[in-house]
Amino acid sequence: MKITLTVNGERHRVDVEPRRTLSDALREDLGLTGTHVGCEHGVCGACTVIVDGLPARACLMLAVQADGGSVDTVEGLADDDGTLHPLQEAFSRCHGLQCGACTPGMLMTAAHLLDTEPDPDRATIRAEMSGNICRCTGYLGIVDAVADAAAHRRARPEEAS
Amino acid sequence: MKCPPFSYHRATSVDDAVAALAAAGGEGKILAGGQSLVPVLALRLARPDVIVDVDRVPGLDGLELRDGVLHAGALVRHLALAGQALHPLAAEAARWIGHTAIRSRGTLAGSLAHADPAAELPAVLRACDGAVHVAGPSGTRRIGADDLFVGALQSALEDTEMITGVELPVPDAWGFAEFARRHGDFAVVSVAAARFGDRLRVVVGGVAGVPHLVDAGDLATVDGEISEDRVAILAAAAADDVDPADDLHGSARYRRALTEQMTARALEQLTTTVREPA
Repeated sequence: MKITLTVNGERHRVDVEPRRTLSDALREDLGLTGTHVGCEHGVCGACTVIVDGLPARACLMLAVQADGGSVDTVEGLADDDGTLHPLQEAFSRCHGLQCGACTPGMLMTAAHLLDTEPDPDRATIRAEMSGNICRCTGYLGIVDAVADAAAHRRARPEEAS
Repeated sequence: MKCPPFSYHRATSVDDAVAALAAAGGEGKILAGGQSLVPVLALRLARPDVIVDVDRVPGLDGLELRDGVLHAGALVRHLALAGQALHPLAAEAARWIGHTAIRSRGTLAGSLAHADPAAELPAVLRACDGAVHVAGPSGTRRIGADDLFVGALQSALEDTEMITGVELPVPDAWGFAEFARRHGDFAVVSVAAARFGDRLRVVVGGVAGVPHLVDAGDLATVDGEISEDRVAILAAAAADDVDPADDLHGSARYRRALTEQMTARALEQLTTTVREPA
């Protein structure tokens, strides 16, 4: 089935089997392997992307369901010149990652959180990030990173994308 | 962890979806937000021949209050249900469903049709004595909450039927409490409580194959405020009335104790959420 996906602002036309998940379409058909797949049944959050402005599990959405829609993935966070997104900087600064398997999902979940709630308290951050599982860090660095990015963004609103 | 092959039909209307289900001869399955069905496919617990995708059928996402009843379209997302103020019990329960990335896609009718006995919305539908509107090859019908849930993951829907809308009467007072192992998990035990006039309905999730409506006898008739003593008596009655099984997530005894605690919490909340007379 031929579908159109606008990923990080770029239109792609792909031919997929109906059973192809959005996560597999991004990775296998478009070569965008930044979106990771972990459990592939909606539990771990590693594949979280933004679909038409809202976070979604890319493994729980068929690619054909996203036909005509817009998808934002981790590849779209950094600037074209390689300048990292404030959240990516904060994850690096606060040791918000170790092996990196969960990081793309963490970043996209956090990006949506900060877009909708610029000044979240730690309880809100923990609640919103609770759908993303990390087996390395113990989460403290991740929560620190999201809080840090939020503080940076409030201090320098002109840099927020 | 990859879905088995199926043929795919993107429905443009309820009639189109029902026709596609009929053509599939019982081997079709409705897909909406996919938050229950796609894991079932990925784990290969089901192998439908045809997926009928109703996610884009127009006109099924309305929320309207008429005569004290919230009429909700089948495709109302959990995020929308959590964000509305017309039915506060449904809003509170929807906030307990999974995570934002689940609530953004999952739908009201999807949760009800999936009929997970530990899910939030089936318990709310039953506590409010609501109903679903269903379309099928022989027309439409209405199924009351007490008849909709047949067993774990089993509803009274035929293979060729789909839910098109949901009736949720708005209670005069309400409470919701849930205990889960981790934030956003399915409940080990959840309790939805609703008072309509002097009639109290308490429904416990996670203790049986279907959301369990507590038979509290005369105790379910309440007059005026519910005292602290009455809350404790009702909570004990609820714990007596359930018959949970042991499983990996907790023993029967533990679930019974949780039923008492969660019922008490829900009823305490109920005493503080009395609706202003219209």
